[in-house]
Amino acid sequence: MIKRLAATPLIWPVIALLALLALNAYLTPGFTSIRVQDGHLYGSLIDILRNGAPTLLVALGMTLVIASRGIDLSVGAVVAISGALACAHIGSSEDPAGVGTVLTAMAIALAVSAVLGLWNGTLVSILGIQPIIATLVLMTAGRGIALFITEGQIITVSSPPFKVLGAGYFLGLPVAILVSLAVFVVVGLLTRRTALGMLLEAVGINPEASRLAGVRSRTIVFAVYVFCGLCAGIAGLMIASNISAADANNAGLWIEMDAILAVVIGGTSLLGGRYSLTGTVLGALIIQALTTTVYTVGIRPEITLVFKSLVVVLVVLMQSAKFRALFTSWRRRPGRRQVGPTARPTPVTSAGPAVADVTPDHDDTKVRQP
Amino acid sequence: MTPTIEHAPPPVAPGTSTGARILDVLRRHARGRFVGPVATLVLFVVMFAGVLGRYEFASPSQVFLNLFVDNAYLIVLAVGMTFVILTGGIDLSVGSVVALSTVLLAKTLQLGWPAPLALATVMIVGPLLGLLMGTIIEYFDVQPFVATLAGMFLARGMCYVISVDSLPINDPLLRTLGLQYIYLYDDKFIRWPVIIALIVVVVAMYVLHLTRFGKTVYAVGGNRHSAQLMGLKAGGARVSVYVISGFCASLAGILLATQKLSGYSLNGIGLELDAIAAAVIGGVILAGGVGFVAGAVLGVLVLGTIETFVTAENLDSYWTRIMTGGLLLVFVLVQRVLVRKPK
Amino acid sequence: MDAEPSNDPEPSNDPENSRPVVEMRDISIGFPGVKALDGVDFRLLAGEVHSLMGENGAGKSTLIKALTGVYGIDSGSIVVDGSPQAFAGPRQSQDAGISTVYQEVNLCPNLTVGENILLGREPRRWGRIDYRRLNRKARELLSELELTIDPRSQLGSHPIAIQQLVAIARATAVSARVLILDEPTSSLDADEVAELFRVIRRLRDAGTAILFVSHFLDQVYAISDRITVLRNGQLVGEYLTAALPRVELVSAMLGRQLDALDEVADSAAMATAVQSDHPLVRIDEFGRTPAVQPVTLDIRRGDILGLAGLLGSGRTELARLLFGADRATSGRLEVNGKTTTLRTPRTAIAHRFAFTSEDRKDEGVVGDLSVRDNLVLALQARRGFARPLSAKTKDALVTKYMEALDIRPRRPETLLKNLSGGNQQKVLLARWMITEPELFILDEPTRGIDVGAKTQIQKLVTELARDGVAVVFISAELDEVTRICNRIAVMRDRRNVALLDSADYENNLTTLIAGSSS
Repeated sequence: MIKRLAATPLIWPVIALLALLALNAYLTPGFTSIRVQDGHLYGSLIDILRNGAPTLLVALGMTLVIASRGIDLSVGAVVAISGALACAHIGSSEDPAGVGTVLTAMAIALAVSAVLGLWNGTLVSILGIQPIIATLVLMTAGRGIALFITEGQIITVSSPPFKVLGAGYFLGLPVAILVSLAVFVVVGLLTRRTALGMLLEAVGINPEASRLAGVRSRTIVFAVYVFCGLCAGIAGLMIASNISAADANNAGLWIEMDAILAVVIGGTSLLGGRYSLTGTVLGALIIQALTTTVYTVGIRPEITLVFKSLVVVLVVLMQSAKFRALFTSWRRRPGRRQVGPTARPTPVTSAGPAVADVTPDHDDTKVRQP
Repeated sequence: MTPTIEHAPPPVAPGTSTGARILDVLRRHARGRFVGPVATLVLFVVMFAGVLGRYEFASPSQVFLNLFVDNAYLIVLAVGMTFVILTGGIDLSVGSVVALSTVLLAKTLQLGWPAPLALATVMIVGPLLGLLMGTIIEYFDVQPFVATLAGMFLARGMCYVISVDSLPINDPLLRTLGLQYIYLYDDKFIRWPVIIALIVVVVAMYVLHLTRFGKTVYAVGGNRHSAQLMGLKAGGARVSVYVISGFCASLAGILLATQKLSGYSLNGIGLELDAIAAAVIGGVILAGGVGFVAGAVLGVLVLGTIETFVTAENLDSYWTRIMTGGLLLVFVLVQRVLVRKPK
Repeated sequence: MDAEPSNDPEPSNDPENSRPVVEMRDISIGFPGVKALDGVDFRLLAGEVHSLMGENGAGKSTLIKALTGVYGIDSGSIVVDGSPQAFAGPRQSQDAGISTVYQEVNLCPNLTVGENILLGREPRRWGRIDYRRLNRKARELLSELELTIDPRSQLGSHPIAIQQLVAIARATAVSARVLILDEPTSSLDADEVAELFRVIRRLRDAGTAILFVSHFLDQVYAISDRITVLRNGQLVGEYLTAALPRVELVSAMLGRQLDALDEVADSAAMATAVQSDHPLVRIDEFGRTPAVQPVTLDIRRGDILGLAGLLGSGRTELARLLFGADRATSGRLEVNGKTTTLRTPRTAIAHRFAFTSEDRKDEGVVGDLSVRDNLVLALQARRGFARPLSAKTKDALVTKYMEALDIRPRRPETLLKNLSGGNQQKVLLARWMITEPELFILDEPTRGIDVGAKTQIQKLVTELARDGVAVVFISAELDEVTRICNRIAVMRDRRNVALLDSADYENNLTTLIAGSSS
């Protein structure tokens, strides 16, 4: 079992996470301790899980989008809009502390988030616009829309039911952790227990082959953007609930970057195809743990970002085949056909993966009429 | 004598609808590479004229000149970003490099360094980071998005390390640079950063259109494989554009610092997105190979006009973002319908 | 009955032309599992157009890659202009004077014509590109080929035909001794081909040695002086075009070996129709111009209908129309008597059609997924994501089909990209067999596959028909087509020219494929 685990690509994020946690545990006695107070669990580990919950949520949605060969830069804006809508509704209602009000507010926020996801999906899937630019539109305009909703102010609400999502506890654990965990489980089941995951990967790996095999590529791509929007909506509610306010300027600032990084660190390639939700969870935890590590180790918090960038670069380089090849260049690679004075492999024709049986397929002739 | 075939467009197959024919004609004309920037120019003229007409400015020409004065640093940034986008890449680090430049400048001056030395130091940092990112992108197959994102964190992090608080800049040379009025005629003025920005634009246009390197940049964006087969230094070009972008970011940082007369690590947040938006609105296509520096400059002017409008109308500042996003959408849709990037 | 191969070429009286510009002797190149070239000789003389002929997998592209320095050779020698060469890469080959123009024009469409021709050796003045001289020089080069394209225009604004001529102009700017044209005419119409040939003749008359690769027989006969034929990695012969009748060329290319594949023949014989009266599919004036002219055909259950013809004859295009991969622009298609429009592959699949593409890499193989996932992909897609196959069902299916088709290695979790070409093809076939189709269209299923796997696949096809499936089988290998199919629709020049029953094969097939005048 250990050997199989060691062979999986998740090994790098796992090692990184364990290393970070170990570092923390070494430097801060009591880091790993969890204490119970008032029936709630407290502790540094709990903090990591809770503070990282919004990023984790967004990253889960982002994973599926990236798997489809896309990207969603607008999630930060959706986070802001979601929180703004909820707080605006609660703030302007007659019964801000009423459960009904809160539920309505959340429903509105989530519905709009889904619609925004639909918007992105339409641009990408139906109009065929490149995902990065399609979602850039909402990323640019979205925060402005959120500010419009809050009229440029920070809307504070005092509503105990609303606080539950971001700051409440249930069965001893912070609700935020439970919600993000629940979404993880649901998405995991949805994609791995049904055929959705496999079909999504097929679409990301080879869209044309998938189309010819009868996969509903368009619908699937559409769906992942809606889901991503929804995740961002939940995250937005969480963040707003946590501070009992909607800060349209800062809510979810740069969360898209953290989410994308979490996905990449977790082993999913930005080019689409195979994805790993577990990897994303690990990635999100690593990012959160980084922040915590910096704090506990006593490094000035300003260095967090530097630290972050170094870790990211390291992980991404380790995933790069060419980088790893630097260290194994003494080993000859099969499947390359240069028997000449130099052993440099052919750069000109398509550099595919080194296949064990390099059959010279068809001539480089495509007879498909334009 | 067999007739020679000139610019013979492919015949439209019989049975195509009128709409498709019109689209086909538009497409062929739109393949002219100037359509993008020209559309932006038209848009700018219309918008600016609209703004002028709506408010009674004391001095409309100064309003126009102010577009340059206020946005000189963004123009420089957009030029650098254009180089990167032309090769099909993206540079998310420029906003942070701008901030780093302001902070570094302020700090070194505070430490007593002579102004020229401080400036020189700042001008090295950007290109250096660009070199690093470009190398990772080109030689290790890391996606530009991820590599420059890491660069963004690194640069922003370095900002915080150097100084969390805002640092003032008192150096007389820089004060002059930032504040001195340069009178053109009557009482119409610009400032030094405008001149610097325009010099950068002219140099960039020269490089892109009259040097082999510039053509290689276009070639790499058009078809990287072909560029290599044609014997051009495709790899070198891809790395160089990030160095150029870093250089522009450093320069833009200096210009911003002279304007604000302070170095602050929270400067320039989101600036890279403004640069990208300016480029896209200016007709630079994100997929690479198509676009002009002049277009990006026009994009900056369009963004500046939006800002002017929002200020004059006394709207909340977030309307700028909404309108920018809307414009971006329009341009993206038009590009999608009219222009198929030749592959 | 083969024409006399001209082993000793009758050179012109010009002593300079008596020595070949390029001489390749005994070239062998092998890849793991396949011998791509086996002791092939080839030579090019100055001032002639030499065609290299052979179907896919014959070794043409490998030979060209050896000449252009992309592949290294295992054994043999390459001599250019009298000096032996050992190309370490494409650069050396270019330096030796060999230029290539591929079917995908390897230029940059966003640059101007002039830039595309001269970039890399552009005229400069004071460090910057001198556009006046550049455009002038480009105009000169173009006019040497009697072309009047504006060098300042953007390359991408011209049709592919023009772009190709520009690519040739670039090649001549490098002053090539040898010009290789790899499938230059596949995207051109008749006028454009005529223009291209004019340019080629001009270059030939100026002394360039031209290697012309094409599968369009008419064009080969129109332009080339000499023809070399390869088959299965071996040299069949070098011929003077004028002395080689068409029918014999086709025979040389496609082979008429009647191997000892009795099993398959028997199987085919048994597959005499479980044919019902009404056809499963009927198409009437069904086509998509200009790719495929309207075709009228019946396809019956238990029938193996072959679509025979060379590359570019329209057979793949027709197959794609039958599956909804492309949409027909004319005509009607009926399934079980009811008219249907096949908008997308999903519609076709709903009618229980199946299709394996000839381009398995880009249109079939989902490389990063496991063999297991690839096998069940089509079935799962049809069931929809909400009804996943249970692990038990999946395993049972996977085991069954991996056994039946002898897919190796017998490990379902292997990623498909790590399998050999033959096994990949078998997986793709199994993917569709699992869906139990009623109509199965196979486009070149045995191309680029070793003999053992070929036999297995052929046997499979006949068994399918025996079980009542309607099969459309496309292949360029005549012996395969005649062995398996009980009817053959011959395609040539993008139209269906004939429909043959098995009885008529022997004499007519090659002739029909070859086309007019022998």
